[in-house]
Amino acid sequence: MTNSVAEIAENEALFVIGSNTTENHPIIALRMKEAVANGAQLIVADPRRIPLVKFATLWLRHRPGTDAVLLNAIMNAILAEGLEDKDFIANRTEGYDEFVKSLETFTPEYGQEITGVSAEDIRKAARIFASAKNAGLYYAMGITQHVMGTNNVHAVGNLAMLTGNVGKRAAGVNPLRGQNNVQGACDMGGLPNVYPGYQKVDDPAVKAKFEQAWGKPLSAKIGLPATEMTGAMLSGHLKGLYVFGENPALSDPNTSHSVKAFENLEFLVVQDIFMTETAKLADVVLPGVSFAEKEGTFTSSERRVQRVRKAINSPGNAQLDLDIIDQISKRIEGQGNLSEKPDPAAIFAEVAALWPALAGVSYARLEKESLQWPCPTADHPGTEFLFSENFSREGGKALFTSVPFVASKELPDKEYPYVLTTGRELFHYHTGTQTRRSSGLNAVAPEAFVEVNPVDAEGMGLVDGQKLTVSSRRGSISLKARVSDIVPPQVVFIPFHYSEAAANLLTSDAMDPICKIMEAKVCAVKLELQ
Amino acid sequence: MINLTIDDKQIEVAEGATVLEAARKLNIDIPTLCHDPRLKPYGACRLCIVEIGGMAKPVTSCTTPATNGMVVKTNTAKLYRLRKTTVELLLSDHPNDCMTCIGTGDCKLQELAYAYGIRENRFQGAMRDHNRVDVNPFITREQNKCVMCGLCVRVCEEVQGVGAIGYAERGFEAKVIPPFGHDLKCEFCGQCVSVCPTGALSGRLWSGKPRMAGVKFTDTTCTYCGCGCNITLRSTGDQVIRIDSKPDSHNRGWLCVKGRFGFEFINSADRLTTPLIRRQKGGEFEQATWDEAYDYVAKRLSEIKDKHGADALGGLCSARCTNEENYLFQKMFRARIGTNNVDHCARY
Repeated sequence: MTNSVAEIAENEALFVIGSNTTENHPIIALRMKEAVANGAQLIVADPRRIPLVKFATLWLRHRPGTDAVLLNAIMNAILAEGLEDKDFIANRTEGYDEFVKSLETFTPEYGQEITGVSAEDIRKAARIFASAKNAGLYYAMGITQHVMGTNNVHAVGNLAMLTGNVGKRAAGVNPLRGQNNVQGACDMGGLPNVYPGYQKVDDPAVKAKFEQAWGKPLSAKIGLPATEMTGAMLSGHLKGLYVFGENPALSDPNTSHSVKAFENLEFLVVQDIFMTETAKLADVVLPGVSFAEKEGTFTSSERRVQRVRKAINSPGNAQLDLDIIDQISKRIEGQGNLSEKPDPAAIFAEVAALWPALAGVSYARLEKESLQWPCPTADHPGTEFLFSENFSREGGKALFTSVPFVASKELPDKEYPYVLTTGRELFHYHTGTQTRRSSGLNAVAPEAFVEVNPVDAEGMGLVDGQKLTVSSRRGSISLKARVSDIVPPQVVFIPFHYSEAAANLLTSDAMDPICKIMEAKVCAVKLELQ
Repeated sequence: MINLTIDDKQIEVAEGATVLEAARKLNIDIPTLCHDPRLKPYGACRLCIVEIGGMAKPVTSCTTPATNGMVVKTNTAKLYRLRKTTVELLLSDHPNDCMTCIGTGDCKLQELAYAYGIRENRFQGAMRDHNRVDVNPFITREQNKCVMCGLCVRVCEEVQGVGAIGYAERGFEAKVIPPFGHDLKCEFCGQCVSVCPTGALSGRLWSGKPRMAGVKFTDTTCTYCGCGCNITLRSTGDQVIRIDSKPDSHNRGWLCVKGRFGFEFINSADRLTTPLIRRQKGGEFEQATWDEAYDYVAKRLSEIKDKHGADALGGLCSARCTNEENYLFQKMFRARIGTNNVDHCARY
């Protein structure tokens, strides 16, 4: 997030697109509701009637996969009515003229044709968003998990720039992070192209810096992103994989494909607290510990670094994850004192020395407060919102990026006439390894379901609660129907928490060519009564 | 700014501040039951009454705006008597089963009864009897312990925006129920439980677990989504028995159903407790010692690296685990194994 959660309450307008915030980020949603109570106007763009719609000034029910067109059409309308922020565009951005040209064809009428949202509502959204003094954009996987996910994010950024809503308080471009420490895992260099602090592995100066810090020669070759590892495992290029605290055998789109890939490995090691679907495929399973049993830090969506503290001892012979990684590291090399245990505070200090944005953060400070990076010095209070002076590009200006219309890879046809979209529900989390082991949560949400619009249900003679077989070109699952107008006609929704009816057996692994994300949010399926 | 005098002390507060807020700024303790600074003032419990120069009767400080030159008394004999009577009236219709009540040690009414030394009650008489059986797996209601402070109703409406509960009936029959007594439409966030000043609302999972004695409190960060809520784990021995959150945290003490009630996985019997090795493809897992497992993993990874090069190995670190673990993991792959094939599930 460029801005902070607390600032949401100060928004005059909010635009939530591709985020079912009340179910996936319930506490961030409280701030959105507070903003509405304070008089803010809320625009929600989502094919589903998500709970936030109840609080919205305007709900745009666009077709799945047409987010960028919707955003482009809104921007076209902003320009047509002269509502753009001319000062901001002149002083803080580049590439504007070319960008304006790219919007010409995206009239509200064209938007209506592609997205299904009326031209009138597109204009209304343009006025609400562009007239507000402070307007914030909020999105999640509904924007990113598409073949044109990167385009969608560019479109969100363009809208913020066009209206001068970035680099100031209570505005901004705010991706809501789906997991407790996605932000931190990225910050720490858990990505194939960057070291900790987003420092590029193929930049010779950066590489030299890390070679000196770690005392080892390093590879300048960008590594494989997770989504491409599947292909590399199947082709035999990737022979050994170490999975730490993840369950890709249930969370990967087109899971049967990835399970085949895991089975093709010479060696798979999984470190986890449960025998997950992925661990079952492993050659070695290493029992780590839960967050209640360890010391460390997590970094939240708003770049807030916070302490994790040990409350209880671990069961049986489970070991601290840090110790496990450290032991294997040392044994691979045959170096290092095996009886010496790694100290989380010292490791944090090592990162802080390598990444200026974290240089002012230490365990001593975190004992008393939490800090939002960038926090460059020990007396720096942390940063509530980013880019108040400059953007992190050469020259310090933000760049408009033209976004063309790209359709989803797999659209409905005669054989597979429905669009399937997936997501989470309030009572479960991701692959359910934690929540399905919590009695209350499992009691209120015990089984998988597929949401089907009443019109479609009537057409096929389906009643609520009846069992259906849902199939795509990749697989088939059996689950109960929930007849509901939460989904529009021709669109069905399945939560992906349930291994016994795993939505990701159906989803598509078509990939965004730029950031390598898979299109979990749109694929074509058919429904059959059982 | 506004200047006023409270208990002979001068204080300056911003326009719109209440007398209660001004007093709290001076660290003056005025008892309250229905007040929560995160919610709108309500004025139901009458415990925060104060005497203000020029006003004939005591007024509730939580709903009275401070004005310039106001002279306030918070602690007179009259106020003491009135407050004590209020507590007595509340207790006259309360089960007073503190020995076995889940709220003990964390109950405002209990503290007030103690503070005012109420051992006997002048107001003997009939007691309410709201017999209600709850079927939901998260929240237990004991409506006979409700003091009608309205905090649960207000937090559900003002903060959660759900409005799952409201007031019904009048006087002796008054109670908090779902609209028209229909089924509860609830997100089970438990905000209501967290603000309840008595044992009227509690977590079902807490039942029978230690209340305060011997309980360890550990401040930490929630492990579910990216909101990063501050939570406090309550544990006894090696068991986590309750999760709550402090009102002065950045999430203001509010949590969701997963954060508040989804903690049983920690002490699940399914937890992995010993390393497992499958020595042959298609074979069974065998239990191993840590030394065996570490050496085996190191050996197999090294063999692949020696034979096929470092890029034949890859690692997935975790958006669920700590910064320090992720740092060490990617460092292992980059500096010890020699490949940048390291990623995590940010895209899923």
